[in-house]
Amino acid sequence: MSAQDLIRDMVQKNDVVLFMKGTKMMPQCGFSSKVAGILNYIGVEYADVNVLADAEIRQGIKDFSDWPTIPQLYVKGEFVGGCDIAIEMALSGELDQLLAEKGLAFDKSAADKIREANG
Amino acid sequence: MPIDAYDIENLIRAAFPNAQVSVQGDDGQHFAATVIDASFKGMNRVQQQRAVYASLKGKMDGPSGALHALALTTKAPE
Repeated sequence: MSAQDLIRDMVQKNDVVLFMKGTKMMPQCGFSSKVAGILNYIGVEYADVNVLADAEIRQGIKDFSDWPTIPQLYVKGEFVGGCDIAIEMALSGELDQLLAEKGLAFDKSAADKIREANG
Repeated sequence: MPIDAYDIENLIRAAFPNAQVSVQGDDGQHFAATVIDASFKGMNRVQQQRAVYASLKGKMDGPSGALHALALTTKAPE
């Protein structure tokens, strides 16, 4: 299976996927850590893909989404954005809206706490 | 040859001649850029930022991408 097939498979089989440097428990890059931190904190179930473990995936994901940086967040097969966009959406409430629209469970009060903390 | 804020600004300005562009960052690796351009009207954030990344012509790509991290803020003028 080519990197592209592997990526497509991951993105279609998991509601939420985060291609990141490191893992959700051990992120190895500040930007990846921020997005994984948000998803962990608001209790979203997601598959984490460590691009450092596979050079083909690391390059393949950039081709797949035509987006040159890591991390990359996918919800229901759609590319949502990188670190900046994920943070902006968490702070604006758009992430809550997207997750709710797609029927994905998360802890609303935790999401609210993120906004209060970043008031 | 590390890249600097001035290079990034020029690359973005070449692709967005009428945009308001400001780029900060002096460690050669981590930069923040704000791009405000009328062409972004009607585009969502991913599309806007994809257009800006495209203007950086591969400076960001590859494991040893000259530009490790670019925090982007993009919007259409109000």
